[in-house]
Amino acid sequence: MHGEDFFIQAFMYLAAAVIAVPIAKRLGLGSVLGYLIAGVIMGPFILNLIGKEGQDVMHFAEFGVVMMLFLIGLELEPRHLWRLRSSIIGMGGGQMFITSTVVTVIGIIAGLKWQASLAIGMILSVSSTAVVLQSLEERDLRKTDGGQKSFAVLLFQDMAVIPILAVIPLLALAVTTGHESHAVSVDSSWVSGMAAWLQTIVVLSVVAGIILAGRFLARPILRIIAQTRLRELFTAASLLLVIAIALLTTKVGLSPALGTFLAGVILANSEYRHELVGNIEPFKGLLMGLFFIAVGASIDFTYIIDHPLLLILLTLSLMAGKFIILFILGKIFKLSFDQNMIFSLALAQGGEFAFLLFSFALHKSVLTEAITKPLMVVVAISMAITPILLLLNEKFLQPRLGTREKEGRQADSFQEENSVIIAGFGRFGSIVGRLLRAHGVGLTILDHDSNSVDMLRKLGFRVFYGDASRLDLLEAAGISTAKLLIIAIDEPEQAREIVAIAQKHYPRLTIMSRANGQQDAYELIESGIKNVYRETFETSLCMGREALRFLGFRAHQAHRASMLFRRQDQRHLHELVDTRHERKTYLTATRQKIEDLERQLRQEAESYDEQLDKSWDVDSLRRAAKER
Amino acid sequence: MASVLLLFAHPAFHKSRVNKILIESVGGLDNVTIHDLYEEYPDFNIDAAREQELLESHDILIMQFPFFWYAPPALLKEWEDIVLEHGWAYGSTGKALEGKKLFCTISTGGSSQVYSKGAKRFTIRQLLAPIEKLSQLCHMDFLPPFTVHGTHLLKEEDIREHAERYRRFVFALSSEKLDCSKLEKLDTIDENADKLILKAL
Ligand SMILES: Cc1cc2nc3c(=O)[nH]c(=O)nc-3n(C[C@H](O)[C@H](O)[C@H](O)COP(=O)(O)O)c2cc1C
Repeated sequence: MHGEDFFIQAFMYLAAAVIAVPIAKRLGLGSVLGYLIAGVIMGPFILNLIGKEGQDVMHFAEFGVVMMLFLIGLELEPRHLWRLRSSIIGMGGGQMFITSTVVTVIGIIAGLKWQASLAIGMILSVSSTAVVLQSLEERDLRKTDGGQKSFAVLLFQDMAVIPILAVIPLLALAVTTGHESHAVSVDSSWVSGMAAWLQTIVVLSVVAGIILAGRFLARPILRIIAQTRLRELFTAASLLLVIAIALLTTKVGLSPALGTFLAGVILANSEYRHELVGNIEPFKGLLMGLFFIAVGASIDFTYIIDHPLLLILLTLSLMAGKFIILFILGKIFKLSFDQNMIFSLALAQGGEFAFLLFSFALHKSVLTEAITKPLMVVVAISMAITPILLLLNEKFLQPRLGTREKEGRQADSFQEENSVIIAGFGRFGSIVGRLLRAHGVGLTILDHDSNSVDMLRKLGFRVFYGDASRLDLLEAAGISTAKLLIIAIDEPEQAREIVAIAQKHYPRLTIMSRANGQQDAYELIESGIKNVYRETFETSLCMGREALRFLGFRAHQAHRASMLFRRQDQRHLHELVDTRHERKTYLTATRQKIEDLERQLRQEAESYDEQLDKSWDVDSLRRAAKER
Repeated sequence: MASVLLLFAHPAFHKSRVNKILIESVGGLDNVTIHDLYEEYPDFNIDAAREQELLESHDILIMQFPFFWYAPPALLKEWEDIVLEHGWAYGSTGKALEGKKLFCTISTGGSSQVYSKGAKRFTIRQLLAPIEKLSQLCHMDFLPPFTVHGTHLLKEEDIREHAERYRRFVFALSSEKLDCSKLEKLDTIDENADKLILKAL
């Protein structure tokens, strides 16, 4: 590719993203749909700006998925992953087994060979990691019950791609003999020529190698790189890490996404987690965007127009079939109705792996072009439809489930006059809420975990289900008459969004907000909120106090030391906010954090001794007495 | 006009009948700063520097509280211990409070009989000995206490009357329209104090 060509390409993709995504977001469609629409518009059917290279771009952009899994891994500690095991195996395994069986049977009934049917079944049972995770993420659903289960299923599917790749050639042997082709990249691994037992050993030792290197090597290396204080070097190292693992796992025939996910999990406990996330995140975002544009562009509209009925029918039955199977599984695994809706709608599509697997099967002569062509289009359409389905679910179905509430109860006047809205009723908000309720305060709760919503509603709380940064929801909850809005959700960005919305429309309302940490507290204070509560501050202070006691401080002395500390800290926090802007211009966020800590430590070293319990100090009295 | 700092200590102000009305009444005066200790320091974590600043910027100090076991509620005692530092309030260099006036406003459940002079009795003034002594050590002028007795049996009108009297007294004192030489001779600031208010008012 020529340099200029490359720039033209880059210009088109970036321009498409920059134009389409904000519009889509404005319309409430979300970024995934925005990218997809941009892709469709640029595609051969409308503007024809993307031609053949669309497929290449898609392969390249799939690396975004790899990065995404690395990032997800970074958020998941090993213990947490272990807890997901039954969902991964039970739901993931069940989903793939049932879906591929059903599709195979349908294929056989439709008159296909069993081998071809089985291949189609396995390929179609895989969902789209990219679409599902990105859509859940941007609707803030990833940490809900349904989101977690979706993730578990996707994880299983990612693992299952490896055996599927292994099985497809065997199906080919059963159809025709000979006709070997090495066209598809998956065959280029180091291990393909080895005996099965040797392959297994190599694969296992690579996995063990990743775990060990992650544990013992990555951190010292990252530390050395961090010490150079060159930000771009750390970025380079982060990318290098991800790419190296992806390459290595591909070479031994494993899914690169799985390898990087594993590396992420191992690094989840390391002190460089935030740096890594910060560095990889933008690349992931760009590549995912690129990927969705490519998917949008690959939808072959001329083909659709030529065979509208066939394709509509196929897409409908694929999605409906997957949905039903998922929904039943969700029921078996005790998902509540609305979480199950999220789970089943999210996963009811074909995935990006299908493109790879279909062309692989085509090369192996397991399937013919007459079959793969429509199916690939169907998969692409189903991927594009998924965000729309989730959107419709959130806009029309969930609110109905959420506000299905008996309005009969009369709130007394104290409650009416002291109405408080709590956004987020998890670990943090529930404690605030329980205290208020114990004293008869009229509470309205906003939360997006339907399980707790159900339970709270049974206990007679006024509860609204959904995204608390939506003005309509806040209004339904009575923000116009509320005395106080308490923000206790664990997503700092979303919290700030709520603050912005509430301040814009109800400038006189008092807001109290949970802050994630010092930096987050700065942002909130700067946005004009006086009542900011750092989530771990009081507990840490408590612990510090107990540690002092353990070391021999008297209980009251330790107590007063911690109280004094708290007062000082509060003061410093506000001082730091005032000077932050001048400092921000030349410091990165991480550097700033360290700098702030340093300042605090210095100030504290100077001020404490003399301030603590000065008035109870009788030294000066004794001195004065002796002088007399 | 002299400025007044009213140090108020009541751990259950939401249940108060008497002090609530008294506070409302003097709170209306421009030169009075009401400093509600239990509201400022619910955790007893008193900021000495801040309190000293407040004291320095006022001329008259009132300690107002309900009588609990013949003494102020605990936080006011804590306040004394923490704020009145050696070298600031007393001692050879401690002159920060010199010349400021101090008196207590006290509500008691017991009737005035309970606090009248007698063999087994102590007057309020006697019971306030520690505060009187403290103000001597800190070079302050201690004035007789303003008292409201028998609070349990007081009707709202009675309380309002006391409150009105309280307001008149504080206003006269801070605008220096009071015959202070005679004031010293009173045991408590009762109805007789009205007679000390200079007619020019
Ligand atoms: C713990 C406690 C101790 C008290 N001790 C006394 C006391 O020693 N002498 C007395 O006359 N009244 C005593 N009282 C009555 C209070 O002084 C009285 O209720 C208060 O002054 C009423 O004022 P308020 O309406 O502003 O609360 C006590 C009350 C409480 C709750």
